[in-house]
Amino acid sequence: MKKLLKYLKKYRAQSILAPLLKLCEVALEIAVPFIVSYMIDNGIDKGDKGFVIRCFLLLILFGALGFGFAIVAQYFAAKAATGFSADLRGALFRHIGKLSYSDLDKFGASSLITNMTSDVTRIQNGVNLTLRLLLRSPFVVFGAVAACFVISVQPALRFAAAVPVLLVFVYVIMLFGMKLYGKVQEKLSKTVRAAKENLDGVRVIRAFGIEEREKAEFDKDNKALLKTQLSSGRLSALLNPVTLVIVNIAVAALMYSGAVKVSAGTLTQGEVVAMYNLTVMVLVELIKLADLTINITKALSSAKRVSAVLDAKPSIEYGEKGADDSDVAVKFDDVSLSYGGVEALSHIDLELKKGQTLGITGGTGSGKSSILSLISRFYDADGGKITLFGRDIKEYSEENLRKTVGVVPQRAALFAGTLRENLSFGAGEINDDTLEKALAAACALDFVRDKGGLDCKVEQNGRNFSGGQKQRLCVARALARNPRILILDDSSSALDYATDARMRSSIFEYSKDMTVIIAAQRISSVRNSDAIAVVDDGKIVGYGKHDELLSTCDIYKQIYVSQKGGEDDE
Amino acid sequence: MMNKALLKKILQRIKKQIPIFAVIMVLSALFAGLSLYIPKLFGGAIDLLTGRDGVDFSALTVILIKIAVFSASAAVVQYIMTALANRAAYKITADLRKETFDKIHTLPMSYLDSHPTGDTLSRFTNDAETFSDGLLLGFTQLFSGVSLIVGTLIYMLTIKPSVTAVVVLLTPLSLFTARLIAKKTFGMFSKQTSDTAAQTAYITETVGEQKTVRALGAEAEAAAKFDKYNENLRRSSMKATFFSSLTNPSTRFINAVVYGAVALTGALSVIAGGGMTVGALASFLAYANKYTKPFNEISGVIAELQSAFACAERIFGFLEQKEEAPDGKRDNEIKSNDVKIDDMSFSYLPDKPLIKHMDFDAREGKHTAIVGPTGCGKTTLINLLMRFYDVTGGSISVGGVDVRDMSRRALRCRFGMVLQDTWLRYGTVADNIAVSKPGASREEIIGAAKAAHAHGFITRLPDGYDTVIGEDGGGLSAGQKQLLCIARVMLCRPDMLILDEATSSIDTVTEKKIQAAFDALTEGRTAFIVAHRLSTVLNADEILVMRSGDIVERGTHAELLNKRGFYYDLYQSQFKQGKQI
Repeated sequence: MKKLLKYLKKYRAQSILAPLLKLCEVALEIAVPFIVSYMIDNGIDKGDKGFVIRCFLLLILFGALGFGFAIVAQYFAAKAATGFSADLRGALFRHIGKLSYSDLDKFGASSLITNMTSDVTRIQNGVNLTLRLLLRSPFVVFGAVAACFVISVQPALRFAAAVPVLLVFVYVIMLFGMKLYGKVQEKLSKTVRAAKENLDGVRVIRAFGIEEREKAEFDKDNKALLKTQLSSGRLSALLNPVTLVIVNIAVAALMYSGAVKVSAGTLTQGEVVAMYNLTVMVLVELIKLADLTINITKALSSAKRVSAVLDAKPSIEYGEKGADDSDVAVKFDDVSLSYGGVEALSHIDLELKKGQTLGITGGTGSGKSSILSLISRFYDADGGKITLFGRDIKEYSEENLRKTVGVVPQRAALFAGTLRENLSFGAGEINDDTLEKALAAACALDFVRDKGGLDCKVEQNGRNFSGGQKQRLCVARALARNPRILILDDSSSALDYATDARMRSSIFEYSKDMTVIIAAQRISSVRNSDAIAVVDDGKIVGYGKHDELLSTCDIYKQIYVSQKGGEDDE
Repeated sequence: MMNKALLKKILQRIKKQIPIFAVIMVLSALFAGLSLYIPKLFGGAIDLLTGRDGVDFSALTVILIKIAVFSASAAVVQYIMTALANRAAYKITADLRKETFDKIHTLPMSYLDSHPTGDTLSRFTNDAETFSDGLLLGFTQLFSGVSLIVGTLIYMLTIKPSVTAVVVLLTPLSLFTARLIAKKTFGMFSKQTSDTAAQTAYITETVGEQKTVRALGAEAEAAAKFDKYNENLRRSSMKATFFSSLTNPSTRFINAVVYGAVALTGALSVIAGGGMTVGALASFLAYANKYTKPFNEISGVIAELQSAFACAERIFGFLEQKEEAPDGKRDNEIKSNDVKIDDMSFSYLPDKPLIKHMDFDAREGKHTAIVGPTGCGKTTLINLLMRFYDVTGGSISVGGVDVRDMSRRALRCRFGMVLQDTWLRYGTVADNIAVSKPGASREEIIGAAKAAHAHGFITRLPDGYDTVIGEDGGGLSAGQKQLLCIARVMLCRPDMLILDEATSSIDTVTEKKIQAAFDALTEGRTAFIVAHRLSTVLNADEILVMRSGDIVERGTHAELLNKRGFYYDLYQSQFKQGKQI
């Protein structure tokens, strides 16, 4: 939590001045009952109209001054709060940029998005309210009570006793209230989830005829929600009436004690009026304070979530070196990997020479993508060693690693902007010639020209391109950086066989000494590779050329047979 | 602001709650009377404090006890009033939620298909709540606000009409100022909203695809772009926040002016000796403070009621949607599992016929495959078989009974269906499989999972069959999700089977194995298989080749290949090119 305060430091002057100015405003407000009291004791009692008018002018002047202070305070508060949240958002964005894949898996993209948007906005509100109001209300409460003491100690004591009682009461209500509120939220999201699931799965639900069961289940959840809501409603309804009673009784006690003093001649009527007016101020502020606490509590819980992200140290640290001089592009030495305790790869050995092509095939979930992720060091292996061009992958600097290994991920992701921006994203300026060559090698030049060339617009998530087009653009994006190792992770699954084959051969022509690793379900995508690794259940169960594997590897043969379809019919 | 019909509907709906409304109204008037009497009592107490030895303590004690009694009763009234209002609001919302939810299952599929989930969902969440909150709390605040204003006015008038006039004339100023600021800041808020939306879109895209950004080493570039959005938002949000936060100080300033004016006129009239006392002045100052609050609340109420009515309109719009045609009653006349499609036509849009005069028979135990390019009407045919949609011409009958003459339940429980779009819900793996057969035993579930070749990966999950999978299947791959959906039909073992691209995300080896399980399951049963990959339909008794809504060829695989027609071309495009490499 303290970590977040760091981002407020830049606005230290504003964060200090805003409450300070508020303090001045409050001081002026507290002076008002005193002026009225003087007006009564010196003006009314003596029948001095001139004095009354002077007091009136003073009241207006104080009001105007307070207004002036408040405006400046609001300005500083707004500046600090919005500046703070912008800085925090920027820092959070950069921090997320440093997280490794396993960190990203842990937090989940949608929760990170919520952190960056609604959580930060809530914190901004919290900061703004704290600077503007949270300090104002205690100032008023304590200031007014202090003022009462200045007028007369004993009556003030009677009233002051009520303040801690009220604070404790409000605190207890809030405590239980927040707890119930959390329960309400939880139950509410359960009903929303049920509705969403029923809408999304309406075909399946109707197909299996379980509508009545769904309705009954929902009814149960809905009733539970209602019950919790009712108890939270009953609790929150207590807040205002109890405050009213406590304050009025305290004021009555003050009045009585004041009467004793007046009777003894040590207090004037005007002073009692002043004390009465001060107590009214306290009541108003206490109610505001309760509302505020709810907002602050929400901001604090958001701050907690954001801090958790900022506190997460990226689980991968990079070295400072680059590729060594070696003919072996990729080498896996007894490498194992597990995600969250479940083993994904066990004891993998691989070796691939510079300029060679390796195909990796296997069933869904066999571990193909895991092997590729390790080569890009998206994850760190649990055991064994990976070397690229003779250098331990852990010694590479991140920049060198990204330059050495170009990836075409399984998910073909494009970003809003122009096509040129997308192709050179993260690689600085790349000249048009290179980009066009890359597009040509990815068999993408034709449709890119149709869409208006490199300057054509890419919509959010590239939704103005088809799945196959997106895949080819992602291939072009990787090729344009001229990586020494190119990784294709099932990146032609949306292409028809012919285009797939055409693209592969043009990639080889594009760069003869590029080392290429292709993971694919389709045998046709890997069969011409220099070597094919067959992966099953996290292990390499076959290694060799297509023809060898057909006779030596059962699984490979099974995959092959399952795909060859009617070939024999021809 | 609103039409009569809507008001009538709202009244109809809250009819049950009208007595509660009446009670709340009475209570709020009572509360105003009780609580507003208190400052007057304090004024009376102050008047007793005339100076040294001049205090009538017995009279003072009476007044102070009165104050305690009045505040206690006011508090009780306020509590009952608030609790009642909350209760009524929550009950109305809960009823609306239930009704909306139940409505989902009575709507025709055409409605659900044409309205996005998020849209319907917001009826359910925001609209229901805004409606009941706005309606009840709005009305409650309106009653209590009006009673407070009227009460304050009456009390002030009984003290001193001339000073009352000052309050009445000056107070609306603060309202106007608040309005003015709201109007002026509206533009700033919409700028802030659009800047937020732009930034959120960028965040959603970039953070959502963070892995790609990392893979490209584009973090710095993304951050630089982000900074631009961030700076825009910072500026607009600074403006909106600052200017809108002027409301409170401005109204406070105006209140200070009112307060001063009351003090001035009050003090002058005390001096003039028109029957005004110092205590009365103190009460007046307290009333002047209280008088502005209900005004501010009422101006909020109008906005609240407006949005409540807007929400009501949307909710009623949903609840009044036309429901599905009622079920037929000839369930017990269904004699067999023969499916007959007779001169059937169908269109989603009246002016765009999709299926025209289709005929075919699927006798009990026969396997029918439906193939064709995307958009040819394969999935539509499934929709019609399951009676998710009704035919627009001709008929579909099962066991000799038109599907419209039997209950949907009777029709659908004969079919087991696996779709390309997998649907999983939040819950354990076992629960998800048991969707097709509520109450199935663990042994049955495991048996079904084994038949679907899902047992292997399920046992590798952290808690096996008890692993909770998140909404939409959480971390499972598309292929694993499909396996779970297949396990469902393996569990319920239906009379007839519909497979719509059921294995599209499963690798080819597993697909072959599942094919064998399907063959065992469909042995002697009627089955309809829709597939993209032609390899999965080779063994069907009849293959229907569809093209833009029509059956263009039909026959077995061998017959169709021999025809060298459309099917032949489709088949070639899938396998021939693969071989050229």
